[in-house]
Amino acid sequence: MTPQVAALQFLNGLTLAALLFILASGFTLVFGLMRIMNLAHGGFYLIGGYMGLSVLLATRNFLLAIVAAGAGIALLGLFTERFLLRPLRGETLAEVLLTIGLAYMLGDMALAVWGGDPRNIRLPGSIGSSVQLLDISYPLFRIVVLATGMLIGLVIWLIQERTRVGAMVRAGVDDRETLEAMGINVKALFTWMFCFGAFLAGITGVLGGAFLTLYPGADFEILLFALVVVIIGGPGSLTGAALGSLVVGLIDAYGKVLIPEFTYFTIFLPMALILTWRPYGLFGVKV
Amino acid sequence: MIRGALWALSVVAVIVALLLPYLVSPFYTGVGTQVLVFALLAMSVGLLGGYLGLMPLGHAGIMGVSSYALGYFITRAHYSVEAAAGIALLAALITSALFGAMAVRTSGVFFTMITLAQGMLVWGGAYKWYQVTGAENGLRGIARPSFAATYWEFHYLALLIFAAGWLALWLVVNSPLGLSLQGIRESESRMRTLGFNVTLHKFLAFLISGFFAGVSGLLFGWYNNFISPASVGLTASADAVLMVIIGGAGTLLGPVIGAAIIVFIKNLLSIYVARWPTLMGLIFVLVILFARQGLVGFLRQHSRRKGDASKQVVGPSFQHDVGGVRSATATTGSPAELGAAGREPGRL
Repeated sequence: MTPQVAALQFLNGLTLAALLFILASGFTLVFGLMRIMNLAHGGFYLIGGYMGLSVLLATRNFLLAIVAAGAGIALLGLFTERFLLRPLRGETLAEVLLTIGLAYMLGDMALAVWGGDPRNIRLPGSIGSSVQLLDISYPLFRIVVLATGMLIGLVIWLIQERTRVGAMVRAGVDDRETLEAMGINVKALFTWMFCFGAFLAGITGVLGGAFLTLYPGADFEILLFALVVVIIGGPGSLTGAALGSLVVGLIDAYGKVLIPEFTYFTIFLPMALILTWRPYGLFGVKV
Repeated sequence: MIRGALWALSVVAVIVALLLPYLVSPFYTGVGTQVLVFALLAMSVGLLGGYLGLMPLGHAGIMGVSSYALGYFITRAHYSVEAAAGIALLAALITSALFGAMAVRTSGVFFTMITLAQGMLVWGGAYKWYQVTGAENGLRGIARPSFAATYWEFHYLALLIFAAGWLALWLVVNSPLGLSLQGIRESESRMRTLGFNVTLHKFLAFLISGFFAGVSGLLFGWYNNFISPASVGLTASADAVLMVIIGGAGTLLGPVIGAAIIVFIKNLLSIYVARWPTLMGLIFVLVILFARQGLVGFLRQHSRRKGDASKQVVGPSFQHDVGGVRSATATTGSPAELGAAGREPGRL
């Protein structure tokens, strides 16, 4: 591996990590607060990507595509939480299986509406160009994704640590019943959190569609990566999601070049090692 | 009365299974064989999900390791069918040991999450490691044992292996080990306080369960003469869990009934319905919303209402928490009642 390839894969790993972080942070926040493992998260990602694609094709406006996909998937999340998950509150396994059923339906509907061919979101204007970093020419958009990931991480962290809503969420993670007894509407808090997670999945779909591709099955593929990120980092932990994304993103980027036939096994290895050392991931806590 | 009906149903099912090749066409005999294959998988999932209270979502991965090992050593390495079967079972055991070691120190839904990732990694590996797995094309021409080459001979082989698996699992769940597993399901901390090596018990259960998933993998590879990534993914694992839920978790009969229902629906409806995954997803959602106590649980609850109060049923509740702190609903009552009692006040 030449230094150029090593540097290029480092950048690829970082940008993939940023994408995974945006997706996994929504997943892990929902899991941390509500104990819901939302396996439709990959479906939210894929449908979000396709929605962004359609809006982009119709309007040629990338920002609008992101906003539309985020809003559309947040609405889908609202419907899911309000009508499907709320009747099951507390029955964790039932919630998991329900989201699997939803994931089947979303994947199949995506196939019905957008077809089976891989689709790529073509970026309009200057955002689709490349920049020169030392002697590597690198797509500007991936740098934008990296910056977006860091920005979203910062914003979520600030909300969690510095605002009243963040305090409510942290309290909800620790002790749901006491929070409810103190007069906080936990039901509404859950709904908002689920919508927020779905929103993040929706915008990740548009970002991901522009540098990975959208195709049937991409929903479960990205879900696997998000799961490994959350398992490595520890469920419910934002810091863990950031660290897990870095580990998975970088290992995947280098593994693809060095040992392509073991692409998935390479991310299995850190997961196995970390779980033997810490059963609940790096930052996960046994409640 | 219901218990008697279940017994009668079981006897009829055994007779039908025994006579199946003489009663119906080869196609429907094949469906019956599939039921046996998936019933074995569902029972292995049910051992963990129903008796231990930790639902694995990656067992099709362990099953798949067995099928792939069988396929590889028969079609690529040209070993004898029997030797390949032995290697396949060993591979399934080693995989279970590895996966089990990673997962058993956790509880609740985090266990489910880890097993899910493990199963999907097997699926990903099957896609990418083309030298061994043939990637998307899969492995073709997995030969059956010479004494069970025809469809009806193979049906009897599957029936024999299924019966042996049933007997073994029946012995396990009724042994002291099986009781300890149910104790861990009800209260892990209490069992630990009583001096049980909880982690070791969970690990043993995982190994046993993984072994029978491997056995079903053998049958699966032989039945189709073919294995591809699609058969080992999340869908296959989730279907196995659905079989356990539909039939009733915490029983041995439940997963078998669930397997029969799901296999029949798949084989019959997939002929007529174009948007098949949507229908399957809808079945998932409807079963979970309206029938998550399972058929056997429903029948038992029903039989208790009819005045048969002496038979109290201990079923697994769906109440897990990530840290394994389970509410004290672990007494008696049907899973549905446990679910309702354990909910937070003021919720519908």
